[in-house]
Amino acid sequence: MIKRLGIVIVGVTVAAAIVGPWIVPYDPAAQQLSLRLAGPSWQHPFGLDELGRDVLARLLVGARISLLVGISVVSISAVVGSVVGVIAGYAGGWVDALLGRLMDILLAFPGILLAIALVAVLGPSLSHVVLALVTIGWVSYARLVRGQALKVRELDYVQAARALGAPVVRILKLHVIPATLSATIVQATLGMAGAIIAEASLSFLGLGVQPPTPSWGTMLDAGRSHLIDAPHLTLFPGLAIALLVLGFNFAGDALRDTFDPRHTL
Amino acid sequence: MRRFLLRRLLLTIPVLVGVATLVFSLIHLVPGDPAQAMLGESASGAEISDLRARLGLNEPLLTQYGRYLRGLAHGDLGRSFRYNTPVEREIAQRLSNTAILAAAAMAVALVVALPLGILGALFRGRAIDQAAMTVSLAGISMPNFWLGPLLAIVFAVKLGWLPVSGTGSWLNLVLPAATLGAALAAILARMTRASLIDELRELYVLAAKARGLSEFRAVMAHALRNSLIPVVTIVGLQFGSVLTGTIITETIFAWPGVGRLLIQAISFRDYPLVQGCILFIAVTYVVMNLLVDLLYGWLDPRIRYE
Repeated sequence: MIKRLGIVIVGVTVAAAIVGPWIVPYDPAAQQLSLRLAGPSWQHPFGLDELGRDVLARLLVGARISLLVGISVVSISAVVGSVVGVIAGYAGGWVDALLGRLMDILLAFPGILLAIALVAVLGPSLSHVVLALVTIGWVSYARLVRGQALKVRELDYVQAARALGAPVVRILKLHVIPATLSATIVQATLGMAGAIIAEASLSFLGLGVQPPTPSWGTMLDAGRSHLIDAPHLTLFPGLAIALLVLGFNFAGDALRDTFDPRHTL
Repeated sequence: MRRFLLRRLLLTIPVLVGVATLVFSLIHLVPGDPAQAMLGESASGAEISDLRARLGLNEPLLTQYGRYLRGLAHGDLGRSFRYNTPVEREIAQRLSNTAILAAAAMAVALVVALPLGILGALFRGRAIDQAAMTVSLAGISMPNFWLGPLLAIVFAVKLGWLPVSGTGSWLNLVLPAATLGAALAAILARMTRASLIDELRELYVLAAKARGLSEFRAVMAHALRNSLIPVVTIVGLQFGSVLTGTIITETIFAWPGVGRLLIQAISFRDYPLVQGCILFIAVTYVVMNLLVDLLYGWLDPRIRYE
């Protein structure tokens, strides 16, 4: 039951990100300097920031950034990782060994460190954040799909298809990839949580989305200077990140239970 | 054991070379001229060519790579552009601070996680178990860049019990260590609980209870030790998160460690220092994973014969 809550949290956030900016009557960039750092009120439920901008309006635009980064990172990583994983698992031999070593080296880096390194040299921007997170993200999908592909290629119906002369691409498309799909979907849902945290971390460190574009990470970073006089600047963006991450983690667990009922037993 | 040790050590070598190669290639990924990027738009042509020569960027790529690897073999990580000192010296000066923070965070995690996990296992399914697991779930979901400022608001700003940043006394360590250790504590608590519940179903525990031992004594005297094997692995595997977590935690609390040095180096575009810090953190991570594997082989003899 609690895991379904994850799907609700994700659904509400997506809906808020899509329609929210039209419902909230404030421009996220509009400044009311006379009201700077004002706390929550009826007019501004989440208060105003250091430049007098409405925090709720900025959070809603920030949700778009978080979801956009999450979806981009996860979808590109899943496609790249699945292709590499299927090739490694199905081909075996030196191809598998070579791709395996490459994955080992990338996994030898703590994930976010490589992302920090890449953004540090490429320069801070949203597209570089996505590129950096894909660079570390595809490996987990490749490992997962490789393992599944190794298993599937030994199954009788796949052996039969091969014996009947079906081309490799057809076997991969019709038999191997569909068999790995459910595990990939679960991984992708959990990966959304990881990507959202990673984007917020990079933005918090000043390496992600650059001001004035509102991102939850940059909003938290700005809030650090006002812990005493405006704690709401820290409270709400952090709460938004934690809730959405929790939502995706629960949703991933719920999907895993659906695809693999044995997991819950 | 010796064969296992040798095999594991040999497997680490290509990974270390790969890591070094990746770090070496970083400076070549800088868009445009790295020397220009470091010096800024106002730099003269002479300054740029001087810096290119100092960084060895004019030499062929393979020569640069060979020199880089030779330097690493001698512990030479290059020269910081900002401080004009050897990179390894800058890292060494801050190393103890990062080590203290990481060790304190792991200690906090263990001190919190073991009792929570044991309570969860002993009272599984009951309110106390659910409360312990809810606390740990909150710990997992809270990113440290949020938890840190929140703890600072409560314990430094509102209550005034602890300093908000800096170094000087052990009180300065409390908030950074709690921030860094919270997520690990949450993971370890869940792991300890799950592993202990599995262990409590084993025959030797049932036999101990049949001999009249209380559940508590059966756990403390028998099951806990065996259930710690996966927990040790998780501690080791999570070391990477703790290590990278220091980057954010040190930045939040102005803790003068290697993580903060890295972020400062990035903001000053001090690429040799960035490379040095990244390499240092990555190599520490690889070596820690190696040590965990060896420790695991020692704890569980089945591993080394596989």
